[in-house]
Amino acid sequence: MSVLTRTPAPLDRRRISRLQGKARYAPSLATVGLFLAMFAVGAAMYPGFLSGQVFLNLLIDNTFLIVLAVGMTFVILTGGIDLSVGSVVALSMMIAAALLQAGWNPFAVILLVLLTGAVFGLAMGAVIQVFEIQPFIVTLAGLFLARGLCYVISVDSITVTDPFFTSMAQARIPLADKLFVSPGVVIALLVVAVAFYVLHQTRFGRTVYAIGGGESSALLMGLAVPRTKILVYGISGLCSAIAGILFSFYSLSGYSLAATGLELDAIAAVVVGGTLLTGGYGYVLGSLAGVLVLGIVQTFISYEGTLSSWWTRIVIGALLLAFILLQKLFTRKVRLT
Amino acid sequence: MSESTPVVDMKGISIAFPGVKALDGVDFRLFPGEVHALLGENGAGKSTLIKALTGVYAVDDGTITVLGARQSFGTPAEAQAAGISTVYQEVNLCPNLSVEENILLGREPRRRGGIHWRNVRRKAEEVLDQLQLGHIDPRSVLSSHSIAVQQLIAIARAMQVEARVLILDEPTSSLDADEVQQLFSVIRTLRDRGVAILFVSHFLEQVYEVSDRMTVLRNGRLVGEYLTADLPRMGLISKMIGKELDALAELEEAESRRQPDRAERTPFLQAEGLGRKGSVRDVTITVHAGEILGLAGLLGSGRTETARLLFGADRADQGRLSINGSVRTLRTPRSAIDRDIAFSSENRKEEGLISDLSVRDNLILAMQAGKGWWRRVPRSTQDQLAEQFIETLDIRPANKDALIRDLSGGNQQKVLLARWLITEPKLLILDEPTRGIDIGAKTQIQKLISGLASGGMSIVFISAELEEVLRLSDTIAVLKDRHMVADIPNDGVTMEDVMTVIAGTGA
Repeated sequence: MSVLTRTPAPLDRRRISRLQGKARYAPSLATVGLFLAMFAVGAAMYPGFLSGQVFLNLLIDNTFLIVLAVGMTFVILTGGIDLSVGSVVALSMMIAAALLQAGWNPFAVILLVLLTGAVFGLAMGAVIQVFEIQPFIVTLAGLFLARGLCYVISVDSITVTDPFFTSMAQARIPLADKLFVSPGVVIALLVVAVAFYVLHQTRFGRTVYAIGGGESSALLMGLAVPRTKILVYGISGLCSAIAGILFSFYSLSGYSLAATGLELDAIAAVVVGGTLLTGGYGYVLGSLAGVLVLGIVQTFISYEGTLSSWWTRIVIGALLLAFILLQKLFTRKVRLT
Repeated sequence: MSESTPVVDMKGISIAFPGVKALDGVDFRLFPGEVHALLGENGAGKSTLIKALTGVYAVDDGTITVLGARQSFGTPAEAQAAGISTVYQEVNLCPNLSVEENILLGREPRRRGGIHWRNVRRKAEEVLDQLQLGHIDPRSVLSSHSIAVQQLIAIARAMQVEARVLILDEPTSSLDADEVQQLFSVIRTLRDRGVAILFVSHFLEQVYEVSDRMTVLRNGRLVGEYLTADLPRMGLISKMIGKELDALAELEEAESRRQPDRAERTPFLQAEGLGRKGSVRDVTITVHAGEILGLAGLLGSGRTETARLLFGADRADQGRLSINGSVRTLRTPRSAIDRDIAFSSENRKEEGLISDLSVRDNLILAMQAGKGWWRRVPRSTQDQLAEQFIETLDIRPANKDALIRDLSGGNQQKVLLARWLITEPKLLILDEPTRGIDIGAKTQIQKLISGLASGGMSIVFISAELEEVLRLSDTIAVLKDRHMVADIPNDGVTMEDVMTVIAGTGA
């Protein structure tokens, strides 16, 4: 025996492992806990805060952000980033508004917009994969390109007067006890549900996590890495298009400057929701919670009438920093064992 | 074994890279139910042969027959589909996913409505049980397990595809003795079930322990195929390095070095109860000029931590350190360098070499740092030093402009050594200088260390291989559980003696 190396006798490995498993949920659960705490604080401070409708309004006001965060979660789980989503939302709105103005059938318009978003995302994914370029740069180019295309369509704001779109904007789906949601909420939650299913119940979804865990390992394990990476950006593009449609339902117009900086809100929501920017760890439900936390910050500011709306940004910034530090703590714990 | 037909039959394999013939007409056979070791020094063509078999490289010439069918694999996935699975030196699994997922990723059983998670667990448990790894919880996250267990899980993944051929490329390089035994018992289980196993390792003891047959390569050519029982170790080494026991004679020479007389000389470095909170404690050692102090101990016993204290890379907060008779506190590596102490890290890729720079640039780094960056070492001096050390240390290729990353591990280590030698230190701390390098280079480095001590340099030598520590050191400091437990003068000490101290049963 000349190799004289030995680690201490293994402890009860089964028990340690279980703890490890639960630790994966910690950041996302922290977000849910934070949301509940903020809701409780709000209820204590303001009369009328503690109502079902306040919660539902959070969903109604943030449908597009929820959908964007879902697409972004896929991308970030692989360790990538998609900066183009805000611009693609604006482009989707512009295309929809322009085509509706030209008298197109609203359903054909929606279909075309979704197709455009998906193809735009797939194209970026293909560039990232084939030429091995940083996602940051490719999607930054996508950001400028999509924004520029908005101006090509129209410099001015276009109002949407299509009856289907206006009906969607005004429709209220009543729930029990005078509570209601908009159709957009149903669509957004449907997107969340589908994403959850895809990530946890399909080989494609597991490959997304595997790529985040180690791309070269995933390749050597014989997984469809290139296809998955391209598709992930396609999904983000598709989600941006859906978000664009939802935003159109909400605002009933198309405007070249709409949704500026929205990609950063989406990234913030995903990170606050517990997804690691380096990929591999995170949950789409966490991202949903992240959006709700950002939303409730806004609600707070509006309840507190004296505060300037810039406080939203400041609080979001502080939250983002806090969560990134939390994640750092969490990953350090994982590495040590 | 030899009666049956081989599962893998490679004939006349040649592969050329620009400027090099990596493999030249090599034959290789692998039979079911055997552990076959592939041996050769770095650059002999072992990995090229494996990559040819697993579809990473295309073959220029020759044929590969797997299970009676001619094959030419284009990708690792194709080789996998033909029943050839590979477990690499670095674990290639996803640390963020559960054990069961890592075993079945990409092959998850499905039902209507997605992945059948209960079957995933059942299948993972099945294969783990087969390998006697039932104690591993399939639901636990991969990163919660040690590298050794991860390696076993990688094998479990390989076996889950019903592999007929399992290639293990340096699977033991980061495992400790117990873990190696665990791996070997898995290997034997698989062998008994008729799996053909190709085993590559630098550790000859392990090769002799586990393999049935061996194929030796040298410089891209086949030296021969032998039954392990028929080829004694000396014979194997001479076939690998191609010299008749020259290297071994050199070792004998190294061993006969005169031991310095401790009493007569003043110690260069003396540590009394040196320690640091959370690192090591109770380090009491004395190193005289011309003496080699060996640090022995298990992985994690505090060997590297001790070295870092002596070099000022970590600051000691307990005990006393005196250098050349005067008490010093080393706050930074710089203050150690100023006291003529040099430290060559075990982690030569991350804490040592700069792989994109040339041999000359790497050699000159420490000297230049010592002079200060504004006083540039003249190019002519650089060239002269580089040529001198390339010659004395036999660095290959003998080209001072070659990039470090193109050198073999052994030659990289020599460059690292030379870097510190240029600064003419009085004390040289070497942390695992011979790890992961082939036997020829290892012998050269050992000889060099011995020679340096004869020339009056003090050396602190750290190695996981106790044999090597015993062979080189004048005194052996034994570390256990992060503190020093013994200081043994090396006169007729045996490995058993030191191991008894480490085990803590004796003494």
